[in-house]
Amino acid sequence: MTSAGPEGAGAPPVIDVRNLTKRFGDKLVVDGFDMSVPRGAIYGFLGPNGSGKTTTIRMMCGLLTPDGGTGKCLGYDIVRQASEIKARVGYMTQRFSLYEDLSIRENLDFMARMYRMPKRRQRVTLALEDLGLADRAKQLAGTLSGGWKQRLALAACMIHDPELLLLDEPTAGVDPKARRDFWREIRSLADNGVTVLVSTHYMDEAVQCDHIAYIAYGRKLIDGASREIPSIVGLSTFEISGPDLRALEEALEDAPGVEQVARFGSVLHASGTDKAQLAAAVKALDGQDGVHVSERSTGLEEAFIHLMTGASDNYAADPSRKVPS
Amino acid sequence: MNGFLSINRFVAVLVKEFLQMRRDRMTFAMMIALPIVQLLLFGYAINSDPRHMPTLIEMNDTGPVSRAMVSALSNSTYFDIQRPIAGASAAEKAFRHGDATFVVTIPPNFERDVIRGDRPKILIEADASDPTATGGAVAALSGIVSSAIGQALPGAVADLAAGPDPFGVIVHRHYNPAGITTYNIVPGLLAIILSMTMIMVTAIAIVRERERGTLETLIATPVRPAEVMAGKILPYVLVGFVQTAVFFIVARLLFNVPFDGGLGGFIIGLNLFIVVNLALGFLFSTVARNQMQAMQMSFFFIMPSILLSGFLFPFAGMPGWAQTLGTAIPATHFIRIIRKVMLKGATLPDLWPDMVALTAIMAVVTAVALFRYRQTLD
Ligand SMILES: Nc1ncnc2c1ncn2[C@@H]1O[C@H](COP(=O)(O)OP(=O)(O)OP(=O)(O)O)[C@@H](O)[C@H]1O
Ligand SMILES: [Mg+2]
Repeated sequence: MTSAGPEGAGAPPVIDVRNLTKRFGDKLVVDGFDMSVPRGAIYGFLGPNGSGKTTTIRMMCGLLTPDGGTGKCLGYDIVRQASEIKARVGYMTQRFSLYEDLSIRENLDFMARMYRMPKRRQRVTLALEDLGLADRAKQLAGTLSGGWKQRLALAACMIHDPELLLLDEPTAGVDPKARRDFWREIRSLADNGVTVLVSTHYMDEAVQCDHIAYIAYGRKLIDGASREIPSIVGLSTFEISGPDLRALEEALEDAPGVEQVARFGSVLHASGTDKAQLAAAVKALDGQDGVHVSERSTGLEEAFIHLMTGASDNYAADPSRKVPS
Repeated sequence: MNGFLSINRFVAVLVKEFLQMRRDRMTFAMMIALPIVQLLLFGYAINSDPRHMPTLIEMNDTGPVSRAMVSALSNSTYFDIQRPIAGASAAEKAFRHGDATFVVTIPPNFERDVIRGDRPKILIEADASDPTATGGAVAALSGIVSSAIGQALPGAVADLAAGPDPFGVIVHRHYNPAGITTYNIVPGLLAIILSMTMIMVTAIAIVRERERGTLETLIATPVRPAEVMAGKILPYVLVGFVQTAVFFIVARLLFNVPFDGGLGGFIIGLNLFIVVNLALGFLFSTVARNQMQAMQMSFFFIMPSILLSGFLFPFAGMPGWAQTLGTAIPATHFIRIIRKVMLKGATLPDLWPDMVALTAIMAVVTAVALFRYRQTLD
């Protein structure tokens, strides 16, 4: 199901979990989850709210005990050798979970001590400079803005140079420039052999990942190299251009067979899984004043939009509802 | 490498806790003000009329009058006559260990002197370090003497009935000759103050991290339960010292309570007691689901600490089941230690039983707390 990472197929995977299952009460939150993440890969973890991403990540780093299944992380058993895993993994929680009543420096210092970092002071100072917070080191973490909190949390979980990063929506609320910097950093870490599993709801971030796993209702539905995702999703796409894009967009949205319409510069992309129906719908517009319709290959963008608009909250909604596949 | 406890991680938790404590000025101020307020409130309080005080008896004569006196003492229900002893040093030892509240000495040739009309005196020594315990009994003595005389009269000394009492009692109060109630209340108060604050501050230790979400970061690190526990407890040991110092200053200035015993024994006992309470709070913290529950559990525990520890009501006067419960409460043992030290001039050897009890409680509580502490979020 997974293809090998850039480091080649011979090396054992960094994360290798089989059939992970977790229930809270009688609610099955993660159901038979398999995953294999090669060293140095950037693995995107996608899925609607409540689909079980956070729960799965927590099981991988020993924070939750699975009710079923087995797994290894960095070669250590996720149940029995959790402390070995914890020492080598950088886990960034979805919700800010550093100490709000400690200063920025004190938080970093705390983490560096926890991982018994040599040259602690130097390390912390360096992290502060990288973060661009050196002159605000004494400010209490609780008084930072949301985006800065995220950036601090990210710096904190990387302070011990972990081999594996588990990042749970690391860039939620972070501004575009900081996000770009963040992804550049992630990319360079990956080039140096660090493995990254990152959950996200942002399409532009999903595009940056080498691999994508898509989870809904606790079940993994899609897992593959990013470039294969469009074909796995099975989406057809037409490009439409015309003088009045707004009117075209409105017309398309209600048309049968059109599952999503997205604007790309001066053209619209209309996509759907039922190609015949979709084709009929867009062809109906063709020939109107200045309107051009042509078929094109489905890009990553369309595929991800399709995945991400698939469901809102998994468990708030009726679970018998059709999920994208 | 990760199998062992790490000083670094312990220090990490320790430093964090110190910083957080320092930032939480309100709680800190309350911890310092509490001893003062409590002393003022309790310092002038409470009396009661306890019975069944453990009493030892030195029988230097065994005639009918002596026996009448002994049975009158028993019948009064104030005195619970337990065993005979011999000699003043045995009495002294019993007092210091807290085995007896009263020692009754029937003098030699008592019967003879009664018949001769010499009006001999029975000596009743009282451990007045707890005046509530002895006050009622001492007040009842003249009635007890009359009843003993009445009982003995039809026999040997019938002809003495008409005259003044054929014998009397002398009461010697040890340790707190003036019978000042505050002398008893005040030392015990230290135990209550420490229990209250120490248990409460650690009771919220883990749940607060859980509620704020920081627990996830904490347990995502390789930190061990023992490191967390030690790091969270130690800063508050120092707070306990500060409270104790404040307490002694106020106790001295306001109530002039003496401190006669050995400092070494006291300090060991103090440390034990503080750590026991912190460990207990930590245990509550691993059980409670939120800070409110942690507080309620603390109160739930502090009530019996006040009622069953001998702080307000003399321990010996409590029914058996209450004594059993009381023995499991750390405050009971520390109250004994501090009363012995402050009022009776006790030194380390006198304190052994209490120290052993505290250590045993600490071992059990720590073991259960570490067992309960979860390294996962389940
Ligand atoms: N401790 C818990 N107790 C009970 N239910 C839980 C617990 N943690 C998570 N859940 C439930 O498990 C399901 C999956 O939650 P999870 O946080 O893993 O989703 P997620 O994919 O991370 O969602 P999001 O994108 O919103 O972060 C949700 O329905 C949630 O309500
Ligand atoms: Mg989540």
